[in-house]
Amino acid sequence: MSDLLLPPEHRYAKVIESRRNEDGSELSILNLGPTHPATHGIFQNILLMDGERILDGEGTVGYIHRAFEKIAENRPFYQITVLTDRMNYCSAPINNMGWWMTLEKALGIEVPKRVQYLRVIIMELARIADHIICSSVMGVDTGALTGFLYVFQFREKIYEIYEEICGARLTTNMGRIGGFEREWSPAAFKKINDFLEEFPPIWTEFENLLTRNRIFMDRTIGVGAITAEKAISYGFTGPNLRAAGVDYDVRVMQPYSSYEDFEFNIPVGKHGDTYDRFCVRNAEVWESLSIIRQALAKLPEGPYHANVPDYYLPPKDEVYHNMEALIYHFKIVMGEVPVPLTEVYHPVEGGNGEVGFYLITDGSRTPYRLHFRRPCFIYYQAYNDMVRGQMLSDAIATLSSLNVIAGELDA
Amino acid sequence: MALETSVIQNKLIENFGLKVADFFQQHDIFTFEVASDSIVEVMKFLRDDATLRFNFLTDLCGIHYPDYDKDRQFAVVYHMHNWVDNVRIRIKCYLNGDQPEIDTVTGLFLSSNWQERETYDFYGIIFKGHPQLKRILNMDEMESFPLRKEFPMEDGGRTDKDDRFFGRTTQNC
Repeated sequence: MSDLLLPPEHRYAKVIESRRNEDGSELSILNLGPTHPATHGIFQNILLMDGERILDGEGTVGYIHRAFEKIAENRPFYQITVLTDRMNYCSAPINNMGWWMTLEKALGIEVPKRVQYLRVIIMELARIADHIICSSVMGVDTGALTGFLYVFQFREKIYEIYEEICGARLTTNMGRIGGFEREWSPAAFKKINDFLEEFPPIWTEFENLLTRNRIFMDRTIGVGAITAEKAISYGFTGPNLRAAGVDYDVRVMQPYSSYEDFEFNIPVGKHGDTYDRFCVRNAEVWESLSIIRQALAKLPEGPYHANVPDYYLPPKDEVYHNMEALIYHFKIVMGEVPVPLTEVYHPVEGGNGEVGFYLITDGSRTPYRLHFRRPCFIYYQAYNDMVRGQMLSDAIATLSSLNVIAGELDA
Repeated sequence: MALETSVIQNKLIENFGLKVADFFQQHDIFTFEVASDSIVEVMKFLRDDATLRFNFLTDLCGIHYPDYDKDRQFAVVYHMHNWVDNVRIRIKCYLNGDQPEIDTVTGLFLSSNWQERETYDFYGIIFKGHPQLKRILNMDEMESFPLRKEFPMEDGGRTDKDDRFFGRTTQNC
């Protein structure tokens, strides 16, 4: 066993030493990751294998841990959005908006209806981008690259919308306390409308390509299944939980940002397997499109940010010509804003489930403690349970269907 | 049928007496404190009771309060959620600063496994009875617990950063 990558005292090494199959073959260990084309991020799974069957697994995470919670304790509030971007970087605007809403809850700021609707639009676009990646990558991991290339141009379109709104594409750092940094341009609305027009036929085609595809169904149905009870105990939320048949969705349970104004369904699966997760995500894309359409149709007139001079930067020309504005500008940039002593927990429905921000303030310019509830980190611990007894290729399909984002996993 | 917070409070006091205390509503979440030696029983009761039904452990994390009394220098915070009545609660357990120890709840909620490991990793809080209490995000060789307040974010000896003019020192950077 000297050529093992594991230390000899590892429990799997002892298992291998002591166990032989009836035909004399031995067990082996496979390192799936840390860098492996199928993990789509950096995390390791040490698998104990009998031939191609997985007997047991052990996950190692933390390869891209960046100590966000420690950094957050040392940064003024407005500088923390950039940390939230880098958690689930496939749907950064949801994290950004979640963080602003957490702060607004702590500070007691009421944001205008228009801002809430705009936030819904951008969060649903982000959800579509997230699901595009997950669903199409599932195709790639089961051998179908075409669908991936086909729908990825629409992720690019969504990124162009982000760019039009905030200037950035992947890590968006979008919004401010109380609203957005600027009014959305007509070009942004045009891009959103174009997207709503062009994307649905492509998404239909993508679904046609895989949903009833014999090879894809054989590879995914019954693979990596988890029961609803177990999923709840493991802390599953989001599409992965809904695939197991539980209709828990933060947008409905605890509506934020005016989600109660929109009509939408929560798609649920039945078996909690890879195929159901795929179908739930695909169905959610349609619901998201419908929410965006409703929000655009009902979009109220009004300001693009709340009237909170203590927290919201004044217009630049006033800063140059007006003493009051200059003082506010300086104080906000230095992080010296009035903050009450409080504790809040605010959940939003992220691409992977309930993204929560638990914020404790002590009245100073930085949070006393900020804890991110990262859905990936919590449900990924179920992975070994889900793949036990399955084939290696099933483990790959299961992994991509869970949509584990390394940035969110490790914070 | 909504679950009133007074019902939660009365039921808990009835069953656990002085082990539960300090009930109050903070924003939208009902918060209370539980003595650290009875956290498992309280959470089991909250989960299994026919009216309370807190079926979901949303979140588990630690907090360090170095300025508090010796017996309250660490806290473990549990967020639980009742999906039937849609009620959230926050439970706080204060622990001793020299010997932060609390029983594990992995027997009740599988999701607490990694979250307790994370809390151990960052605060050094020992979860008694945990099946595999070792570091998770930091490397195994690490000796300190980085989210404790006395742990500096950056190496104090750095000379390449001069932040004096921005009100920052090596202590608050």
